[in-house]
Amino acid sequence: MSAQANTTGKDAGQPIAFVSAQALRARMHDAVNDPHLRTSFRGAMDFLMAKRAAQFPDADELDSLRSLSESIRQYSLSKLPDLLEQLEANLTRNGVQVHWAETPEEANAIMLGIAQRHQAKLIVKGKSMVSEEIEFNHAMETAGVGALESDMGEYIVQLAGEKPSHIIMPAIHQTKQQIAKLFAEHIPGVDYTDNVDALIQIGRRVLREKFEVADIGLSGVNFAVAETGTLCLVENEGNGRMCTTVPKVHIAITGIEKVVEKLEHVAPLFSILTRSATGQAVSTYFNMISGPRRGEDKDGPEEVHLVLLDNGRSQAYADEQLRKTLQCIRCGACMNHCPVYTRIGGHAYGTTYPGPIGKIVSPHMMGLEQTHLLPTASSLCGACGEVCPVKIPIPELLIRLRGEANSEPHAKPAMRGQGAGHSTLVSFVWRMWARVHARPGSYRAFSWLATRFRAFTPTRQGGWTAARTPLQPAPRRLRDMVKDRR
Amino acid sequence: MSARDRILAKLRGARPAEPLPRPDPAPHYAARARNESKAEALTRFRAAIEGFHADVHVTTEADWPALLARLCADKGVGTLLFGAQTPAGRRLEPATFAGTTLRPWAGQVEDIKADLFHRVDAGFTQTRGAIAETGSLILWSSADEPRTLSLVPPIHFALLDAAHIHPTFYDALVSENWAAGLPTNALLISGPSKTADIQQTLAYGAHGPKELIVLVINAEGDLQ
Repeated sequence: MSAQANTTGKDAGQPIAFVSAQALRARMHDAVNDPHLRTSFRGAMDFLMAKRAAQFPDADELDSLRSLSESIRQYSLSKLPDLLEQLEANLTRNGVQVHWAETPEEANAIMLGIAQRHQAKLIVKGKSMVSEEIEFNHAMETAGVGALESDMGEYIVQLAGEKPSHIIMPAIHQTKQQIAKLFAEHIPGVDYTDNVDALIQIGRRVLREKFEVADIGLSGVNFAVAETGTLCLVENEGNGRMCTTVPKVHIAITGIEKVVEKLEHVAPLFSILTRSATGQAVSTYFNMISGPRRGEDKDGPEEVHLVLLDNGRSQAYADEQLRKTLQCIRCGACMNHCPVYTRIGGHAYGTTYPGPIGKIVSPHMMGLEQTHLLPTASSLCGACGEVCPVKIPIPELLIRLRGEANSEPHAKPAMRGQGAGHSTLVSFVWRMWARVHARPGSYRAFSWLATRFRAFTPTRQGGWTAARTPLQPAPRRLRDMVKDRR
Repeated sequence: MSARDRILAKLRGARPAEPLPRPDPAPHYAARARNESKAEALTRFRAAIEGFHADVHVTTEADWPALLARLCADKGVGTLLFGAQTPAGRRLEPATFAGTTLRPWAGQVEDIKADLFHRVDAGFTQTRGAIAETGSLILWSSADEPRTLSLVPPIHFALLDAAHIHPTFYDALVSENWAAGLPTNALLISGPSKTADIQQTLAYGAHGPKELIVLVINAEGDLQ
């Protein structure tokens, strides 16, 4: 780790690795039993839901804008390979270098190559969930290049040695007292203060020094416009502009699904993004970058690179239903409205992307072997689908993924890890259950036996009896009671 | 085969035979058009951007340089950085700025970086226009007014002609056909920089300007 990156307070060799999603149940149990975590998430989610609702007073306008946004995303996906080529051609014409990566390793290698070519010691980062997805910070620090988060929330999370617990508000799980302690411990010369304005000014001071000296700025991309070769970034703090403007090199990284064809398609998506995400009519900055410093320009990076990452997205693309996953514009409204997310917070999921969108996108990135339990962490209440600005049918996709996870492994799976959750016993029980119910005679016999031997029903019925009285068949069958009435 | 070819081949093999029809956003916006006057657009713009903690001063073509000088004095601006070659920049005269040094941007950013970060108190830019619906200023960076001029100094003064206020972002980019040629950096700016990353508590002056002060030239007279 370079001297510049010491403010992160992390040991260089220590990866911020997530535990496998196999441990999901244990983690959820712990989260649900943490009253502090539940109170803070409940409060934050109520606040965000109210703010979003206030942005859509006109139900017709919301409906029309959602339909328009959905159709723009679906249209873009229907032409995805062509649009990616058009984007590449126009970015290249604008002087932006385009790179393609199938895996996180490839993406990190490309970016490390750029860093090493420039003998970079410090990379300042604007908020990028894709960089989290590929463990960019760890990859850079392993190679001796400092990677410093500059979004206030991301900076806090990096100081704490954690991962974001929300895709829009990364440090939503931290209280101001915890942040005050972190700052006092990790930033030289800073005394404890839990005044939010003072804390932000401390962050501003520390990070401004870094913007000034950093060799490379890294950012994500909210929308990439094919027809103009433009990268659009949405932000409030100005750190995204700093990272993409001040250092000599700007590297943007994004998933291959973020492209739209027309510049005019960006306007409705931008509007519904900020209103759905944080309940803002607009973000402070909307930054449209169409190339490095050019001609008479006096500032801006001398090199701009775009890394296009697949990492499982082409797998989702290959299936008509699963392709809808890629409509996502990463607003986070689904997590703000999710009763499960509200109760367990973002870390319990064990994936880069938490909440409902995380449950449908992570299996493509990580395979169902690691993630087959994720789609079960849902009550299928439908809130996520109802608020999704691009109408992704998240509950339907969760059911589909449950099927992919638990069906018998077969030769032509739509997903990596199909059948990972399959159990021969469970599938045998359900086959028998189906057989019994499919024939009137066997059903009659089964229900007769169930009422006669009801006393033998086990009193401990797994998770059900943890908080409820045991289930027991009724003493008499419905058919017998109906017969008596006649 | 490169990663590029493999990714494109996978997508080609899976995409729908026919692309969907191209969505047209126009009807959505046309159905909600307000057909407002310039004065109404200015009122709406002003209310929206003031909601984001920007200060708005309505002035005239003749008076705005004196107003800028007065605001600089009020704010204690020691050094004001600006683009000297723009129509607005040419109107700024050191004599009217008592106590404020006018510093024209000169050279590449590398030449003035230390001053830009540590000694410049405010930046002054023109704007291309604004958006009434969201209270957003439209800035296109140029050789005369580089990207960092509206970003690094703690105070950003922006000059807006009320005649160039568009109802929505969509109207702005379609009516001016932005797709035909964008500058290397185009921006919408709606207020001073801010964050709510600590316990959803809003704090201004995150990484960009702490203050945004908009001088609006209103040829139709001072509305307020």
